Amino acid sequence: MSTHADTDGRDSSPAKPRAQSGAKLRDWAPLRLAKAGLRRVFDRLERGADRLFSPALNPLAQLGAISFFLFWVVAVSGVYLFIFFDTGVVNAYSSVEWISGAHWYHAGVMRSLHRYASDLMVASMALHLLREFSLDRYRGVRWFSWFTGVPLIWFLYMSGITGYWLVWDMLAQYVALVSAKLLDVFPIFGEPLARNFLTPQHLSSRFFSLLVFLHIAIPLILLLRMWIHIQRISRLLAGLVLAALLAVALWKPALSQGPADLTKLPAVLGLDWFYLPLYPLAEAWNGWSIWALLVGVSTMLAAMPWLPPLRRAPAAQVDLPNCNGCNRCVEDCPYEAIRLVPRTDGAPFARQAQVSPDLCVACGICMGACPSSTPFRRAQDLKTGIDLPGQPLAEVRDQVAAAAAGLAGNARVLVLACEHGAGGGDAGNGVVAFPCVAMVPPPLIDYILSRELADGVVVAGCGESACYNRLGVEWTKQRFAGTRDPYLRKRVPRERLATIWASPFEAGRYEAEKAAFSARLETLEKTEPPAARQGAEEGLEEEA
Amino acid sequence: MNAGAALPMLARLAVLVVVFAGAAGLSNWPRHRSLPEGVGVVTLSFSHGADRKAACRKATPEELAALPSNMRKPQICPRERPTIRVELDIDGRRAFEADVPPSGIAGDGPSRVHQSFTLPAGRHEVAVRMRDRPGEDFAWRAGRSFDIAPADHRVIDFRADAGGFVFH
Repeated sequence: MSTHADTDGRDSSPAKPRAQSGAKLRDWAPLRLAKAGLRRVFDRLERGADRLFSPALNPLAQLGAISFFLFWVVAVSGVYLFIFFDTGVVNAYSSVEWISGAHWYHAGVMRSLHRYASDLMVASMALHLLREFSLDRYRGVRWFSWFTGVPLIWFLYMSGITGYWLVWDMLAQYVALVSAKLLDVFPIFGEPLARNFLTPQHLSSRFFSLLVFLHIAIPLILLLRMWIHIQRISRLLAGLVLAALLAVALWKPALSQGPADLTKLPAVLGLDWFYLPLYPLAEAWNGWSIWALLVGVSTMLAAMPWLPPLRRAPAAQVDLPNCNGCNRCVEDCPYEAIRLVPRTDGAPFARQAQVSPDLCVACGICMGACPSSTPFRRAQDLKTGIDLPGQPLAEVRDQVAAAAAGLAGNARVLVLACEHGAGGGDAGNGVVAFPCVAMVPPPLIDYILSRELADGVVVAGCGESACYNRLGVEWTKQRFAGTRDPYLRKRVPRERLATIWASPFEAGRYEAEKAAFSARLETLEKTEPPAARQGAEEGLEEEA
Repeated sequence: MNAGAALPMLARLAVLVVVFAGAAGLSNWPRHRSLPEGVGVVTLSFSHGADRKAACRKATPEELAALPSNMRKPQICPRERPTIRVELDIDGRRAFEADVPPSGIAGDGPSRVHQSFTLPAGRHEVAVRMRDRPGEDFAWRAGRSFDIAPADHRVIDFRADAGGFVFH
């Protein structure tokens, strides 16, 4: 590693202070290994996607939003297809053939969009689930999103499978036979469902009316349950996804596989492996085994937030004497864990911030957003309007001072690192870790540079499109750019500030960028006497 | 959009098209064979409720007195049905035999049978019988010889109102 401290041979400096406030990960070894492995895979893919798509359009960082967008593609194309679809034993197949044959250029394309968007929904949902798991975003306060997401998997599959029945081709016949076998293990039907598919005479057209109802009702329930997952997707990315889907729909139209014939059995089929991977298994196993597998896996998934539970750091706390109800922490909290309530202490402000401990993940972003979070204050007991009990502002200032004391040379670099990014793993001197980079109040950087605690500051966050706390990277960028309150003051020399967005698997790039920054610092001249800057600061301290 | 921005956007679109084409491929490939080559299937499937185990009888005055006044009926009719016995021989060998209990919590629903048997293509002799009164001989019997082609599906149903076993 080529940190400044190492090159100066100051390894014997005091142990660097590290953050203590982040959620502590208590985990079983197999889960930890699985997460680390998956995270490495996702990290590689995401960094590649970052380069190709740009962080704003990275599809891997918006998998949940893409799933939601695909749902709307499926819904709109489904409504269009329903105009031409005819229910009935014979009519269902012939109407679908008409859709894909004579009217391929509009209805056929819509059918392909309907089919492939449904398939991609399964793929994006599965990737979304694996990615959230690898990032450990399923425990603690996030248990609710995870837990309520498990039934979505069931509803998605039920929606897709009932759709396949409607076509009434050979694949539909196969799906009907195996589904009936699966459902008939439950002694709740007066007649075995499989008896509906014994012969053409046994099957009534009314059955298709029931299927149409199910194929509309189940996605509606799915939509209702997805309400909690409402996400915004970049319009540009939505356009790209739609254009790519359209291209595939034109190139490889979704077609039927010959009419169903109950006097024959569909021997060889092109299965949709997204929706029907368990059907061959259901043929081979007895019905209860497959249900045991499905219920077992679902129960395990639903129970994962408690296997084991996340040991939570103490929630943020509001200090009323320093809170004027300015709303900045409310606007910046990615978890909607803070709200404004009427004032309770008689101070001349209308409102005050109030933290909901059940929703707070102790990321510290609120502390970074609070205009009272300035280390310039002379007060003995440094306090701010909203603070993290695990790593309060006063302790942050002490940590910075202690870390700076361990630096030497002409290019002393102090790193303010997110503990979930590459900087959090930096074992060198001069590193102060936070649960999120957006916990760093911009005045802290001003403080470090104006007091000459370091010659340069590196703010090291998570990978650009994979912020552990969702919005930390974005808020930090906006604060530094002067587009989000609290701004980084203009007087802070930007050439002495570097941001490095790197995941834990990009330690090499992090080290290289940090070394390059250090080398750049060597070439800079000190443009302003420290005394002048410090003098200018005294006024601020008095104000505070 | 200028040319400088259009090229990366085209590259992004191309990557998405390739990924989506892969997904579309998985939408019906690789092929799955659900039935071995050269075999057909015979399914024995029916739902039949045997007569109830006991006939209705007149309630005794003590039994009536034990009931709430709004539930006092002159007759007591036991709901439970007996188990039925089913046997199926294919080409002279026993392929299936079972004592099938009635469905329902009270045991008053029909007995249900749904079993499929794969057979090599060719001619087969099938004999099926059912006994729905305990202690008696098989009241319902049928036999048939038929050809079955690969992937053919033959069904043996039972409808008492149609005279017993029905071959489709």
